Amino acid sequence: MFSKTLQKDNYGYLFIAPFFIIFLVFGLYPILYSFYLSFTDWDGFTTPASVGLENYLRLFGDFFFWKTLFNTLAIWIVSVIPQLTVSLVLAVVLHEKFVKGKSIFRAVFFFPNIVTAASLGLLVALIFSWQAGSFNQFLMGLGIINDPVHWTDKPYFMRGLVSSILFWQYFGYSMIIYIAGLQGISRDLLEAAEIDGASKVRVFFSITLPLLKPIILFQVVTSIIGGMQIFDQPYTLTNGSGQPDNATLTSVMYLYDTAFTRYQYGYGSAIAFGLFIVIVIFSILSFTMMNMRTKNEQN
Amino acid sequence: MSQVKTETIQQEKKIAKKVKPSHIIIHILLILLALICIVPFYIMIVYGTHTNADIASKFIILPGQALADNYQYMTENINIWRGFLNSFIIAGCSTALTLYFGALNAYGFAKYKFRGNKVLFWFVLATMMVPQQLGLVGTFRIMYMLNLLDTHLALILPAAANAFAVFFVKQFIDGTIPNEVIESARVDGAGEFKTFNRIILPMLAPALAALGIFAFIGSWNNFIGPLVLLFSNEKYPLPLLVQLLQGYYGTNYGVQYLGVALSVLPIIIVFAIFSKRIIGSVAIGAVKG
Repeated sequence: MFSKTLQKDNYGYLFIAPFFIIFLVFGLYPILYSFYLSFTDWDGFTTPASVGLENYLRLFGDFFFWKTLFNTLAIWIVSVIPQLTVSLVLAVVLHEKFVKGKSIFRAVFFFPNIVTAASLGLLVALIFSWQAGSFNQFLMGLGIINDPVHWTDKPYFMRGLVSSILFWQYFGYSMIIYIAGLQGISRDLLEAAEIDGASKVRVFFSITLPLLKPIILFQVVTSIIGGMQIFDQPYTLTNGSGQPDNATLTSVMYLYDTAFTRYQYGYGSAIAFGLFIVIVIFSILSFTMMNMRTKNEQN
Repeated sequence: MSQVKTETIQQEKKIAKKVKPSHIIIHILLILLALICIVPFYIMIVYGTHTNADIASKFIILPGQALADNYQYMTENINIWRGFLNSFIIAGCSTALTLYFGALNAYGFAKYKFRGNKVLFWFVLATMMVPQQLGLVGTFRIMYMLNLLDTHLALILPAAANAFAVFFVKQFIDGTIPNEVIESARVDGAGEFKTFNRIILPMLAPALAALGIFAFIGSWNNFIGPLVLLFSNEKYPLPLLVQLLQGYYGTNYGVQYLGVALSVLPIIIVFAIFSKRIIGSVAIGAVKG
């Protein structure tokens, strides 16, 4: 009997085998090969020539890499802070009983999240273009400006525009996740606090927010991993250029450009791993910051 | 009991009748935000029906009459329906692979206590934290070695190893599928794979439906994958065709708007029908994740 179950249990290997074979070929191998390439110089045709740490030293001194990293971080922070706060407020508001048309609001706020990012990028590029852009037309129609403004020439504005697209796309998604979290908090608890005389604001900060902490942490970490890889929106917004003044050139755009339009696969791989290290550092930082806060509160 | 109920209902009605100003302000703000979300899509649809001259001269609110002309002009360079077909092939096949092999793997981890089960499962979970771009160059290389560059298979095959799918389905199996089901199938003489395909897989339908929505949307919207792995225009999925519009019609705004609108309209239609399901599956995924 015992040996029979043991035999059956070994069937498990057969069930997990296809996944692992595909993962080894298309998941793990590419990462390990990229890691190997990051220590070589390779144009895609000849055999990769080992160059030791040269790519990483070049990366460290590459002003352009640091600039793209700065751009990525700036775009991410400007989008993620309003994204995580506005969505939290919206979730709490849409959880209230008095609000009418909850499901419609939920659907409308969430909708941009499932629209192709590339389409959104081009759409915004069209709306904010110079001569025929509807944004300029709109402002001129209202008499706010007399001549069309060259928005696409303004580095800060364009970087902000990328952040805005990201916000537009993700605040509804964050809101849905917060609402799912709120539904896990018993209404009785919140109502009891209100009956005891606590104001809505007080209930929010003393009960709702601490209970949502795991969900907030989940959102922060996933948004770091996603945010450091921003590519689709700035790429289509600027037709792949990262202009003006390279202000919208993100690290993954630089990686793509280096490897796939200038065929420096070795250095491109080094950029990928440099970026990975940054993601790991930020993830660890946000974990420890959240944990420190919890400890302080317990003391 | 019923009296208590009617009383509370009356109380609620009283509360509802007293409309607080703060409630009105909240509703106005919600409507404003909703408008900001919708207006760009409205502009996209309306502007796609106007000539370039119209678009360049004023802010437009109502649809125009240049839809057919714009469409004809667009089809000269871009076969948008071919793009639809490509997107359907890639996203459909990817989703099928993700669901079947994700479920197969999850079932293996959930119901067979082989050696190394826990370690391997943690390994699968850990891979979820690895950013995709890390292996971008290596992916290009392996597809070259396997002769898969510029084929749809290059985008479809890797979908069989989706760690999130494994995690998601395993949670569902742990919660809903008792061992007795499998044991009785064994007593009836069904083989292990037959048991999975005939009995377990149908029981996983609710989880697979939710997961399938995610997987399909993710694959449909994928941009950097096909950008790196595909080279021929006739193999491009929609997001890449949208990007091509910029190159072909740099200053013809009507055509570009129309192209973007055609790529987004199906998503609007699907969302209008399935919004509850889609939002529901996002919520399930997040809470379990």
